[in-house]
Amino acid sequence: MRTRDPQRQQGAGWLFVSPAILVLGVFLVAPIGMALWVSLSDWSGSGSPISRDVNFIGTENYNALLADPGLARQDLMISFRNTFYYVLGVVPLQTILALSLAVLLNNRFLKGRTFFRTAFYFPSVVSSVAISLLFLFLFAGSGAINNVLGWFGVNGPNWFQDSRGLIHIFGDAVGLWSLAAPPSWMTEPSVMGLSFWEWFSGPSVALSAIMMQVIWTTAGTFMLLFLAGLQDLPVEVEEAAMVDGANKWQRFMNVTVPHLRPTILLVVTLGFIGTWQVFDQMYVMTQGGPAKTTLTPAYLSYQAAFTNGDWGQGAAIAFILFAIIFILTTTQRWLMRDKDVSAQKRADRGVRRRQRSRRTRAIVEETQRKAQSS
Amino acid sequence: MKNQKNQKNRLAAPFAVGLLSALALTACGGDGFDDQDTGDAEEATSAEGEASLVMLIASSGEAETAAVEEAAAEWAEASGNEVEVRVAADMNQELAQGFAGGNPPDIFYLDAAQVAQQASDGNLHAYEAQDNEDYFPALQEAFTYEDTQWCAPKDFSTLGLQINTEKWEAAGLTDEDIPTTYEELAQVAETLTEGDTTGLVFSPGVDRVGAFVVGNGGWWLNEDATEPTGTSEEVLAGLEYVKENIAEGSFAYAGDVDAGWGGEAFGTERAAMTIEGNWIRGAMSNDYPDVDYTVAELPEGSAGPGTLLFSQCWGVAADSEAQTQAVDLVNHLSTPEQQLEFAEAFGVMPSRQAATEDYSSAFPEDAPFIAGGDYGRGPVNAPDMTQVVADLNSQLEGIGSADLQQMMESFDSNASAVLEQ
Repeated sequence: MRTRDPQRQQGAGWLFVSPAILVLGVFLVAPIGMALWVSLSDWSGSGSPISRDVNFIGTENYNALLADPGLARQDLMISFRNTFYYVLGVVPLQTILALSLAVLLNNRFLKGRTFFRTAFYFPSVVSSVAISLLFLFLFAGSGAINNVLGWFGVNGPNWFQDSRGLIHIFGDAVGLWSLAAPPSWMTEPSVMGLSFWEWFSGPSVALSAIMMQVIWTTAGTFMLLFLAGLQDLPVEVEEAAMVDGANKWQRFMNVTVPHLRPTILLVVTLGFIGTWQVFDQMYVMTQGGPAKTTLTPAYLSYQAAFTNGDWGQGAAIAFILFAIIFILTTTQRWLMRDKDVSAQKRADRGVRRRQRSRRTRAIVEETQRKAQSS
Repeated sequence: MKNQKNQKNRLAAPFAVGLLSALALTACGGDGFDDQDTGDAEEATSAEGEASLVMLIASSGEAETAAVEEAAAEWAEASGNEVEVRVAADMNQELAQGFAGGNPPDIFYLDAAQVAQQASDGNLHAYEAQDNEDYFPALQEAFTYEDTQWCAPKDFSTLGLQINTEKWEAAGLTDEDIPTTYEELAQVAETLTEGDTTGLVFSPGVDRVGAFVVGNGGWWLNEDATEPTGTSEEVLAGLEYVKENIAEGSFAYAGDVDAGWGGEAFGTERAAMTIEGNWIRGAMSNDYPDVDYTVAELPEGSAGPGTLLFSQCWGVAADSEAQTQAVDLVNHLSTPEQQLEFAEAFGVMPSRQAATEDYSSAFPEDAPFIAGGDYGRGPVNAPDMTQVVADLNSQLEGIGSADLQQMMESFDSNASAVLEQ
């Protein structure tokens, strides 16, 4: 019975997983390792990054991006600012929109459910480049959006050319400050190379147009996740809530949302990661403009490497972005954790630990007794 | 039980080591540890026997691809070599991948703004084509970095002033009013500004505004491109001129009149005049065939005529194994006759002075553009300046309300940080 031989099976096991390990290694581990090396080297983009001409320069690339005052740090901070406002706008809105759509479409008495599901999911299937090009035309200065706004007497902006920040515009409208001459208490103090005025600009009009596009596109994908979660919700629970006299809103807040908690956590996490990494839209539509207000870390990384030939900085930006996403999603998962469940887990662990120590004590006493008796 | 577990580990360890070393080998690639040439090798490599060259071009369209393919095939047949013409979707990226992987295309289009960067990275093989002196001196200059001319100019474009004939006549202006100085330009722009129409509209950024800097005798960097000169009187005067006229409303950026670039503003007739190169002809005849216009040279500033010059060259890779053949192909592609054929096929201006006369008689309406070849100025030509220029571009977008002195001080400090390295 050679096949039953445990040693043989062990070898076969490794043999079976080796293609996967090889593929993951070549396409995942090795490139990440190379990128890490490039971010610590002065590689100029010609020849192999591990040839003898390439020198280790420590954290110089990271210093240029995070510590030394200069253009590299300024651009990275601008991209952080833009992405911060972008995430702040996109993640809550796309989650709420997706949840609302899912709840609407989960209604058993809705006619044409399949049609609507397909319709709302459709943008997620279409390539983001195609959608971006479409939105370029929709939001052009004399495009469809501005024409529709015109019916209501609104003179729409030239969306993708407009670098004014929304907070700036709002402050200007309520008379807090003037856009043309920002007050010195805003322009004087500066943090990391950007003045308060620049930090608190809000998303620019151009970035807002991209945000609208992204919310519209991704809501369908996340709607699908919510729909799957809703299918798991037993009808009896809802009926029980109905019998208890809960109205629609109460049922939604106290039955549906708690039930969907894991899905919401997943959607928000995916949303965070996706929005911090946003690249396609900037590459196709704005190339970081107008006035750098749609510059994002992912696009900046691409630009640093392929346009400026600064490969080390490009790789360093990618790792800084990774660190940010990692820290933010970890924090977010910790903040949104189910407090009852984690309290329960902690309690369980405590019980187990006590049991274990009791058992150990018993064993120790047993051995001692045996030792004494012999 | 314990024994068995140990045996498992004994088997797993060599397996893991084997996998890891396989990975390391793949990561290194074939020639990972080879010594690399630094680029400016004195001796050109030459393929033995029949060479097969790869040419990477950034084509403007079907016409250009076909013309280049045909010309390359002619050479291939005559010389007994092979050429494969590839059209790049994203030139910068594909070139960068080629250089990083150690097998770049042998011959490729290279923008003047990229020459210094690629030369200092050691990616270029420096060569001179036959009759190098025949190229416009400004073009030779545009591809020179550290006293070496790195490649042969392929063709070039300059900026000119396009005037909407209908609006011009409606404003009561005649041929004699075509502006020859900056003052006159400001005047006619003011006259032409009416209702929805702005007198002069152009795209933001150094590639347009820079023309006024040149006309005032200034430039962003000094002659040797070793120090920034952004706060010099001449540069500030050029910017001040643009700023004043934008503030008055007779000049505007394309974005301010709902257009993506100067040509679009001109085509939609939101602009009575614009500043673009000879590429605007294609856009006008394709998208706005009903707009009638004339082209004039850019007016003169206080320091004489000033325009900007854009050009690409035939780059030859330092890593190419058939540099001699590649240069031979360049020679074939840059004869005056061949350049005229290209001009005919896809509307580029020949970089050789020997071809200029024939070109001018074939395309008399392009005379203002070709005149710019004598006094035009190429792009900023120093390594690592891309990000600095991009930052200046984004600041120039807000020139109407900018503090010019402060803006150029920040340019100077950014540029010197890069140039001093």
